[in-house]
Amino acid sequence: MEERIALMRDDPAVDLTVDANAVGGMLAAVFGADVTASPSQCATCRTVSMVGTMRVYMRGPGVVVRCPACAEVVLRIVQTPEATLVDVSGASWIRIPRQAATG
Amino acid sequence: MAIGWQLATVGSIHDETPTVRTFTLGLPGWSGHRPGQHLDLRLTAEDGYSVERSYSIASEPERPGEVDITVERIEGGEISPFLHEVVVPGDRLEVRGPIGGYFVWEAALGGPLLLVAGGSGVVPLMAMVRHRARSAPSVPTRLLFSSRTFDEIIYRDELDGLASARNGFEVLHTLTRGQPPGWTGYSRRIDEAMLAEALEPLGAEARAYACGPTALVEVVANGLVRLGLPPDRVRTERFGPTGT
Amino acid sequence: MTERFVTRGFVGRRDDPGGTGLSGDERRRRTPPGQYLTSDFPVLSAGPTPRTPLDRWSLRIEGLVREPVQWSWAEFLALPAREWVVDISCVTKWTHLDMRWKGVSIDTLLEGVELDPKAAFAIAWSDGGYTTNLPLGDLLNNQAFVAYEYDGQPLAPEHGGPARLVVPARYFWKSAKWLRGLRIQDHDEPGFWESLGYHIRGDQWLEERYSGD
Repeated sequence: MEERIALMRDDPAVDLTVDANAVGGMLAAVFGADVTASPSQCATCRTVSMVGTMRVYMRGPGVVVRCPACAEVVLRIVQTPEATLVDVSGASWIRIPRQAATG
Repeated sequence: MAIGWQLATVGSIHDETPTVRTFTLGLPGWSGHRPGQHLDLRLTAEDGYSVERSYSIASEPERPGEVDITVERIEGGEISPFLHEVVVPGDRLEVRGPIGGYFVWEAALGGPLLLVAGGSGVVPLMAMVRHRARSAPSVPTRLLFSSRTFDEIIYRDELDGLASARNGFEVLHTLTRGQPPGWTGYSRRIDEAMLAEALEPLGAEARAYACGPTALVEVVANGLVRLGLPPDRVRTERFGPTGT
Repeated sequence: MTERFVTRGFVGRRDDPGGTGLSGDERRRRTPPGQYLTSDFPVLSAGPTPRTPLDRWSLRIEGLVREPVQWSWAEFLALPAREWVVDISCVTKWTHLDMRWKGVSIDTLLEGVELDPKAAFAIAWSDGGYTTNLPLGDLLNNQAFVAYEYDGQPLAPEHGGPARLVVPARYFWKSAKWLRGLRIQDHDEPGFWESLGYHIRGDQWLEERYSGD
């Protein structure tokens, strides 16, 4: 069954602009690690920002993560009942940490 | 972090204010967390319909196997009324996390620390304050805390208690909608002048964390950078437009 | 597939259809499959709200047409418009019955436009970069309009103002906010959401939410 997007607060009426911390769990499920502190380069303006500082629009058919410098789309994520679709074409790169071996 | 969902058991519940409630969740499989991180909560109905929400962890990592979340009841919300009206100790809830590597402070990072909160934005900052009390009690720290009214100040008594320890922790309150008789704190929305006064004794080496409604966080972040703090030492978490 | 854990006592959203004066039967009949009724008008967005000043705004029809045509705001407002009372369904599952709009029919916009014989599809494009695609057949014959008022008031920016496309027979992602033009083509081209898993057509009565539905 369809899952709603994680929100930081239930505000039923108003457009939310939050930062990508709010979708940290979803991004971790997509990328296999917590990327909120990971740097990523915007393919449009070349600014490198931490994913957790990017602006997230998530009250809609999918999640859109935008560059905090130029507001262009860096990532798009859609969750269908069967799969997660990710468009990373707005990012030149994302640096995803590898898990350290845990003791 | 554990990316998958695990089951937490609700231990105790207590009210911080008439509309704000704290839930202590027992999590035997929890790997621990860093102050400032959050967890995702997932609720699923019988017919399979499910929703997720993120909640900042309010408690310090020094309490193994359990975490506190503090939830404001939002009128017309989908999750918070359920948490406030239906959930009782013994209930189990699905959680995922901890999540967040950016909005984090721990003792090893040192200070001085300026924490700026708007309403329920105080929750992740409280994890930092509680961690400091346990593990770094001499780090100079100021919490600038905006609430609507005196009765709506979350963690009010605990903050008073921590400040009275006189170990370099101070709370500056501002009430934006109404002040009790004899109020000596601020009485307006946070602005650059207030930030300057809050920052002054901490100096230009301070690290800042601001959390709350988007509009407040924007004012604080811009203001602190204009006051000379390097942008990478000003960390923010935007909750959206609810709050003070 | 593993058994999903069920949260004790959680029932999720209930219908809140408001005082619409409709019988339960009629509400059910008009609610597409998988939807719940709301009297809200939720704001959903993929990006910051554009704020094009009206003196720089234009609406354009271009592509496989003999001559592209363009209206300034004043010219657009001077076009014949009418009230539309329609049911709207969003793919995020809310349906709002009897939403009242004022706008210009796509038929009116295309009146002076000579379409190329190969014209078959329209790409609607908006301020802020949003796009969505529709077959021309879904836009003609009073099936779609460009709205500039909602509920008797000028259309608010967060709802797509000054003007947005409204296609009531499709999920609301096809009703592009902040509309600036229609590009007529002979081939279909998936728009912003259609290119990332959403259905190319989006008929809410056939529950065409995702590609492959």
